[in-house]
Amino acid sequence: MLIAEAVVAALLLTGSFFLLVGSVGLLKLPDLMTRLHAPTKATTLGIGSVLIASVVYFAAIEGRVSIHELLITLFLFLTAPVTAHMVAKAHLHRDRATAERLPPAAGGGGWATLDDDPEPGARSEPSGP
Amino acid sequence: MSLVGRLLPHPLLSLTLTLVWVLLANGLDAGTLLLGIVLGIAIPLLTRRFWPDRPKLRNPLRMAEYGLVVLWDICVANVQVAWIILTKRNADLRPTFIVIPLQLTAPEAIAMLAGTITMTPGTVSSDLSDDGGSLLVHCLHTEDPAGVVANIKRRYEARLREIFP
Repeated sequence: MLIAEAVVAALLLTGSFFLLVGSVGLLKLPDLMTRLHAPTKATTLGIGSVLIASVVYFAAIEGRVSIHELLITLFLFLTAPVTAHMVAKAHLHRDRATAERLPPAAGGGGWATLDDDPEPGARSEPSGP
Repeated sequence: MSLVGRLLPHPLLSLTLTLVWVLLANGLDAGTLLLGIVLGIAIPLLTRRFWPDRPKLRNPLRMAEYGLVVLWDICVANVQVAWIILTKRNADLRPTFIVIPLQLTAPEAIAMLAGTITMTPGTVSSDLSDDGGSLLVHCLHTEDPAGVVANIKRRYEARLREIFP
């Protein structure tokens, strides 16, 4: 019992440390693109540790198995990259200075966010009723 | 197409939905399982237009290996990013955009690669090119952009190419 409590406490402390670092990064880093790194990474291990602590607590101390934590992990891993991607796209769309300094794509084309009509004429306008 | 094929256009998706429902209910009884199966059949049918092709998996078992590699990298990434945030002054940061030329063509594979890049060391995938042939990635701090590209291609893209044909 004591060991389980120690493990839970250690996991909670690790988790809080990484969550705190994520928030510090959000405050400290200079611009939007670098700030995006803090919540997508420093926090995944933070949330992960807290969730594992929850699994250990319910399994070892309350004696029942809880699997909701696995689902939270799954949803987090699905949603965090998508959110970060959309925020980055919106930023590129709004910030001309950053958009102009982007490296060119490997195939010679443009980036999907910036080119609303990649190949002129490729997209046919609906004509007539 | 057979009756089973029409009822279950995406067997793997149906199985996943049923499993997620049972996990959400946090317990297994007949009612939960039945509702899970109904959802597993109904949702793929209702959203069929969004999934025109069934993604082909060549090596499903390699997915587990890929997952473990990514999980390990996420742990390493957290420590690295925490270290950068806590010790580097903003003036010493070298944030930069890099371009990853893609050899993957399956949309599901590219989506997985983009997600993996966002979750791992100091990189966030930011955009896809018009032709779907390259990925724009932002690095929090790197002295060697070409090395980061080579590392991503070797560690993740090569593995995904074995999973998706």
